[in-house]
Amino acid sequence: MEIPPLTNGFELVYKKPRTLTETPMHYCPGCGHGVVHRVLMEVVDEMGIQDKTIGVAPVGCSVFAYDYMNVDMQEAAHGRASAAATGIKRVLPDRFVFSYQGDGDLAAIGTAETIHVVNRGENILMLFINNAVYGMTGGQMAPTTLLGMKTTTSPFGRESGLAGHPLKITNLLAQLPGAYYVTRQAVHTAAAVRKLKKAIQLGFQYQSLKKGTCFIEVVSNCPSGWKMTPTDSNKWLEENMLPMYPLGDLKTPARSMN
Amino acid sequence: MSTNDEISEVRIMKGNEALAEAAFRAGMQAYFGYPITPQSEVIEYLMKEQPKHDCVVLQAESEVAAINMVFGAAGAGARVMISSSSPGISLMMEGISYMTSAELPCLIVNVQRGGPGLGTIQPSQGDYFQATKGGGHGDYRLIVLAPASVQEMADFVFEGFRLSEKYRNPAMILADGALGQMMEKLTLPPAGSLPYVDKPWATTGKPAGKDRRIITSLFIQPEKMEQVNLHLQEKYRQIQAEEVRFEEYGVEDADIVLVAFGLVARICQKTMQLARKKGLRVGILRPITLFPFPSQRIAELAPKLEAIVTVEMNAGQMLEDVRLAVEGRCPVHFKGRMGGMIPSPDEVLEAVEAIAEKRNFELSR
Ligand SMILES: Cc1ncc(C[n+]2csc(CCOP(=O)(O)OP(=O)(O)O)c2C)c(N)n1
Ligand code: SF4
Ligand SMILES: [Mg+2]
Repeated sequence: MEIPPLTNGFELVYKKPRTLTETPMHYCPGCGHGVVHRVLMEVVDEMGIQDKTIGVAPVGCSVFAYDYMNVDMQEAAHGRASAAATGIKRVLPDRFVFSYQGDGDLAAIGTAETIHVVNRGENILMLFINNAVYGMTGGQMAPTTLLGMKTTTSPFGRESGLAGHPLKITNLLAQLPGAYYVTRQAVHTAAAVRKLKKAIQLGFQYQSLKKGTCFIEVVSNCPSGWKMTPTDSNKWLEENMLPMYPLGDLKTPARSMN
Repeated sequence: MSTNDEISEVRIMKGNEALAEAAFRAGMQAYFGYPITPQSEVIEYLMKEQPKHDCVVLQAESEVAAINMVFGAAGAGARVMISSSSPGISLMMEGISYMTSAELPCLIVNVQRGGPGLGTIQPSQGDYFQATKGGGHGDYRLIVLAPASVQEMADFVFEGFRLSEKYRNPAMILADGALGQMMEKLTLPPAGSLPYVDKPWATTGKPAGKDRRIITSLFIQPEKMEQVNLHLQEKYRQIQAEEVRFEEYGVEDADIVLVAFGLVARICQKTMQLARKKGLRVGILRPITLFPFPSQRIAELAPKLEAIVTVEMNAGQMLEDVRLAVEGRCPVHFKGRMGGMIPSPDEVLEAVEAIAEKRNFELSR
């Protein structure tokens, strides 16, 4: 067994993967983005695919993902990450390509691209961070905002007559023949994080099969946008988000065969 | 028809098809597009011929998606082209602005139709401002080439790719519906004659032991954003200094010079013949690059001239650049048609005669 090095007399038992840079993250304390970044980069490191991975993050709180993820990265226009990822994957079919998008990005302004990328079965991994608000621009209503949920643009709570219903875009995508693996995960507990990691591993592994799009929704929090402490936000997520967005696989390769 | 694309080859083709075939021969590695008249033959031709080539050809769900696919593929180092006509180009503007900021090369083809709005499918030059002044947001320029023949529809594909890669800036071929649809004889350049350039900045997967590559147009610190802008402006100055292209006919002894680009320059050649028969000393200056614009040459000519007449298929867009170049050193007139109408050599001649005789004439009809 490899003996862990000593730092200041302490044994190093947990460290960040080589695939994360030294740059301190700008995310608010307790935000799910940072956790997803870490898990994603852990998988890239463990699979040994750092030199073959290209990521795309569009506008949203994670627009600076390229500052943290130590892989080749592109920053795309709002909503267009999956289109840019398509362009990359089509010209470099043997690379691992992922997109990393928020709910506003993927399910509002970029809905057309999202549906058509999955419908064409582009061989990429799409990560979808659903925090039910527009975090970056200050907590406005998103397509995934729950009914009754107060945001800066639904100050009296989202009302369906005016603003429609929470969009379960992941369920919609699972219907498309181009989707190979569709799952909904979370990062509010240690157990959830472990499951997410497994899903990301599968997402990358399946990419080599060239059988279609892998899509992972991560139900996440936005303590700042929700105006809650990180702990409260995770509790609120469990009680309010998960009933609307239940965790689990929506389409797995076995079922894709049908 | 059997083709050997390794040699140059004489063919009779539609402008759109000549452009598409030239793109394969120029080593295009990916094309993304969306159908729109009068340029759908480009994607149709590419789809049909694609099996013979090592090139991605994909019909996107919209021009918005298409330009962002171009962004991704260009960022990954591929030689990429996209084509559309006016309304579709409008939809691409955000993506084009991103590409100029991220310094990604690509070739954009606009086979213009009459607008504004859904307009008409007939030829127009109504997108001159959009093409040469930015079009999308922020201070940026495209390198804009204006073909006037089917031959140039093909040749400028090579030139467009070459310039866009040399300067890491999108280039545009600004054609029109007539050039796209008309058939002419042309010589197709041989395949493989445009070498690929090194793109160490491309995101192809981080090389072990080296820094990751980042393609971005985001520079959140204003100090940094200003530096990026200064760099871009320096690049545009260099393009202005080194890449101006134009053609002249009969300007040596001319009293009146017609300034026209694209198809209209060819119409003006007929006008020039007719005018010269009537004893009017008319010449033509045809800008080939619309950005960079041949301002310096126009400024040199102006003091010797009785007048300049700018002729366009729009309400007078290049006219502004001509006036800026002339700076009052001679009168600058305008003759144009709009909305998909093509000016005839005779009606341009009428304007020239009226100007020579210092009469009034109908500006645009
Ligand atoms: C074309 C365009 N429209 C609007 C914006 C402003 N904008 C930036 S991020 C964003 C929403 C981001 O929300 P989401 O995708 O959910 O990401 P989050 O910040 O919540 O992670 C908006 C509206 C933009 N950058 N570009
Ligand atoms: S605003 Fe919300 S999504 Fe953005 S970093 Fe802060 S907590 Fe995270
Ligand atoms: Mg969000």
